[in-house]
Amino acid sequence: MERALKKYWPIFLLPTVIAFMIGFLIPFIEGLYLSFCQFTTVNNAKFIGISNYIKAFTTDSQFATSFWFTFRFAICSVISINVLAFIIALWLTKKFKGNNFLRAVFFMPNLIGGIVLGYIWQILINCVLSIVGKPLLALNSVAGFWGLIILMCWQQIGYMMIIYIAGLNSVPDSLIEASKIDGATDLQTLFKIKIPMVMPTITICMFLTLTNSFKLFDQNLALTGGDPNHTTEMLALNIYNTYYARAGMQWKGMGQAKAVVFFLIVILISFAQLKLSRDNEVQQ
Amino acid sequence: MEKKNTFLNIIFAILVAIVAVIYMYPIIMILLNSFKTESAISTNTVFELPNAKSFIGLQNFVTAITKQGFLQSFFYSVFITVTSLIAILICCSMCAYFITRIRSKVSSVLYYLFVFSMVVPFQMVMFTLAQTADTLKLNTPYNIFVIYLGFGAGLAVFMFAGFMKSVPIEVEEAAMIDGCNPLQTFFLIVLPILKPTIVSVGILEAMWLWNDYLLPTLVLDIKKYRTIPMLIQYFRGSFGKVEMGPMMASIVLTVLPIVVVYVFAQKYIIKGMTSGAVKG
Repeated sequence: MERALKKYWPIFLLPTVIAFMIGFLIPFIEGLYLSFCQFTTVNNAKFIGISNYIKAFTTDSQFATSFWFTFRFAICSVISINVLAFIIALWLTKKFKGNNFLRAVFFMPNLIGGIVLGYIWQILINCVLSIVGKPLLALNSVAGFWGLIILMCWQQIGYMMIIYIAGLNSVPDSLIEASKIDGATDLQTLFKIKIPMVMPTITICMFLTLTNSFKLFDQNLALTGGDPNHTTEMLALNIYNTYYARAGMQWKGMGQAKAVVFFLIVILISFAQLKLSRDNEVQQ
Repeated sequence: MEKKNTFLNIIFAILVAIVAVIYMYPIIMILLNSFKTESAISTNTVFELPNAKSFIGLQNFVTAITKQGFLQSFFYSVFITVTSLIAILICCSMCAYFITRIRSKVSSVLYYLFVFSMVVPFQMVMFTLAQTADTLKLNTPYNIFVIYLGFGAGLAVFMFAGFMKSVPIEVEEAAMIDGCNPLQTFFLIVLPILKPTIVSVGILEAMWLWNDYLLPTLVLDIKKYRTIPMLIQYFRGSFGKVEMGPMMASIVLTVLPIVVVYVFAQKYIIKGMTSGAVKG
């Protein structure tokens, strides 16, 4: 059977592999190389060593600002999304009428694209801000920060909630009943039985929200666009702006160097996740 | 326990409805405002319901469709999503089948490359990808699916391969003995078994394709071709006053198809979209 299938490799393998080379592999390797070059197009690249990386961290102070902003944003959004999603999941695992309807409602914002979401919330937040007499999003970096958090929560809570519900439902009923018979209060059951039992799910959700927050681009572009004065610019948007919003020989190389740093951070997070979830498996 | 007070039940139903309306408020707000005149959409009146004076029916929708090129964008978005989706589902399931059934160095290298590509953020490849697409003339809505197949292959192959491992090989062997060639075996035997995974992968990839903004912006010529997310961002970015009414109508028209599909296929969509997370 294997031999027969092997002969068919051009049909089975080739279309995907060729497209994969065009759509990922070649651009990735080229991108890695270009981060060590000065260029404006792929054809006029000149090798200049690691100076792009040095410049990204020294001459462009905006990169550090974006870094710090993304870091704060990621921490706040990971905590708020997971806490809220877990509470809602606890509520919706109770049996009552309308429970499935609410699940569907909470999940819905997940289906709307980042650009549209950002725009909807920009209108809403700007209206609220002007009614309470505060500066609008374009001039208000604090509102921009919290606006992004609210937007992310609104979009992601439903998704994480579904994963938490699946986790909570897999906790065996016998354990919960046993704890009740032993006289545990609801809170004790929650912290001593349910949360330890769904720990693997919590790990998954934490990392999902973490990578989502780190890679956030569409929502950032649509809601604040980095305004005012790049203070709400996250890493992905900063890289984009370095590439496309600036003229001059030095910027594109620097943008690519930033992209490599960004890529390394995301890889690091993924490896941490892999390791943590493997450790979890061993314990069970 | 079973016999609950009807009064309490009604109160509870109202509570559920209120929570739902509050959560959906941003979308409801856009919907209400899309029926208002331009002058009635300002910061102070945006929260008001349309009244006899400000209600203008479907005029905003007509403007959005006739003057702002919404229909064209809708066509491009549908076309790109459908062609890319078909390409991804067929090519990636075949590729995943091959690399799970043929155990060789090449297979495992390919598998790890696909998994690796899932983790890489788009910003890493955006510039070089756009240039590659330009050189190969893959920069129209009619052939951008090649790029999407390449960039979307990672997730699809990973998910198909994960499921393929649990499909018993005996059925395929029986088919081969009965005289099927590998192509027939794949399309007549394996593909039907894969159906649930195809639905999940299809939904996951379709949501991504439909909502994707940055890739088409960089690859397509924005003056000629705009997908829906590009259209919305383009109108906001253009200088001068943005007409709010038609903008709101465009948003409603963008969200509406998603909501309609969601109402009918809710179960599959939630399952499909979360399946990637639990496995990954």
